Amino acid sequence: MTPVTYLADSAVNSNPIIPELPELIIGVIAFAIVFYFLATKALPNIRKTLDERTEAIEGGLQKAELAQAEAAQVKADAQAQMAELRHSTADIRAKAQADGAALVEQARTEANSQKEAIIASAHNQLEADRNSAVNVLKADLGKLATELADKIVGERAQDAGVQERIIDRFLDELDAKLGATQKVG
Amino acid sequence: MSAAIASTVLLASGGDCSTTDAHAGSNCGFQPPSLGDFNYRPIFHLGSYGFYKPELLALICAGLVVLFFWTAFRSPKLVPRGVQNIGEIGYLFIRDQIARPMIGKTAERFVPFLVGLFFFIWCMNLMEIIPIAQMPVTAFVSFPASLMLMVYITYWYQAIKHQGFFGFLKNIVPKGVPWPVMIILVPVEWLRVLVIQPFTLMIRLFANMFAGHMLLATFTLATWYLASATFSAVFAATSAVMVVVLTVFEMAIQALQAYIFTMLTAQYIGEGVSAGH
Repeated sequence: MTPVTYLADSAVNSNPIIPELPELIIGVIAFAIVFYFLATKALPNIRKTLDERTEAIEGGLQKAELAQAEAAQVKADAQAQMAELRHSTADIRAKAQADGAALVEQARTEANSQKEAIIASAHNQLEADRNSAVNVLKADLGKLATELADKIVGERAQDAGVQERIIDRFLDELDAKLGATQKVG
Repeated sequence: MSAAIASTVLLASGGDCSTTDAHAGSNCGFQPPSLGDFNYRPIFHLGSYGFYKPELLALICAGLVVLFFWTAFRSPKLVPRGVQNIGEIGYLFIRDQIARPMIGKTAERFVPFLVGLFFFIWCMNLMEIIPIAQMPVTAFVSFPASLMLMVYITYWYQAIKHQGFFGFLKNIVPKGVPWPVMIILVPVEWLRVLVIQPFTLMIRLFANMFAGHMLLATFTLATWYLASATFSAVFAATSAVMVVVLTVFEMAIQALQAYIFTMLTAQYIGEGVSAGH
């Protein structure tokens, strides 16, 4: 006797392809248990989880897409800002250059005008000095000439009118002479 | 020796030897496995009803399948771990490889039925190589028969619901066939749907597992019979290797038969749900 088998009941129907009712019923019951559990508990559970997983993956993808779009937007903004900045710095540089040039120009014209003013005032001064010197010399020269003429003539010119005329004529000649030398000088 | 084992003894030369007594060199001849191996004494009696080992194994299988899916899908996580992974592979395999291609749009409703069939049959087949059990439950024709009945009820219910009884009988006959051919074709097709399909569905599973058990038993008994301190020990070793090889082979057959049964079930349901071939 083998120990494990519940052997050999010869009363049992031994035709192997004729089903037996008790075993049929137990087979149906056993499968019904499996089916009931799967249909009501296990598979609805896992189906729900699989759906949730799909949703989670889709949600993640959507989030990633949003983040990407946002990043692209930020990048575009930054680039636009950079371009603007570059533009404005160029403007500023150009303006500064223009301003500098203007300032230099202004300074130059101012300096020129000052120089000219200084030169003009110096000229005027010189003119005035010369004039005053000429006047002084004129008076001195007249007196000297008169005195010299008195002495040469030996007599004092009685007529004041004649005396005056002589002096003026002399001075005019002198002026003409001086003017000529000045023009040449 | 009790009279109970008389039916296991086919060889007249065996006399009153049991399989454990049979050894090369002893007076007992080799006793190959026989139909008697499939007759069990009841574990207990309820009145005239006896409860047998295959029935116990069937209930244990149902329990194991429930236990497996309870462990796997009790509180499923978005990021699967451990048993849930395996359960998901099984579930998605039945759903995507069998139910959807075979049934189409309404496949989702039948997925629990198909998942249950596949894993229940597979577990019952696996009992062929589980120590102590060592008997495929599906080698007892009543179990394939009970499954076939449920498949056929589902199949016919869907067919009548979607096509009507006579509509279905009309739809299963191919169209565009010349009428003289119809004289043969119509009975053949009706016979196919009413008798041949259910019968083959049941017998295919039963016979494969029955034969598998016989193969394993033959080589196991031969190993035992030949194992003695003589030259026949060499044959015993060869036979033992065959047992291992055949066990691996049977493991493939077990899964394959469960797959074929489930696949055909899905095909029948698909045929019932949508008209025509």
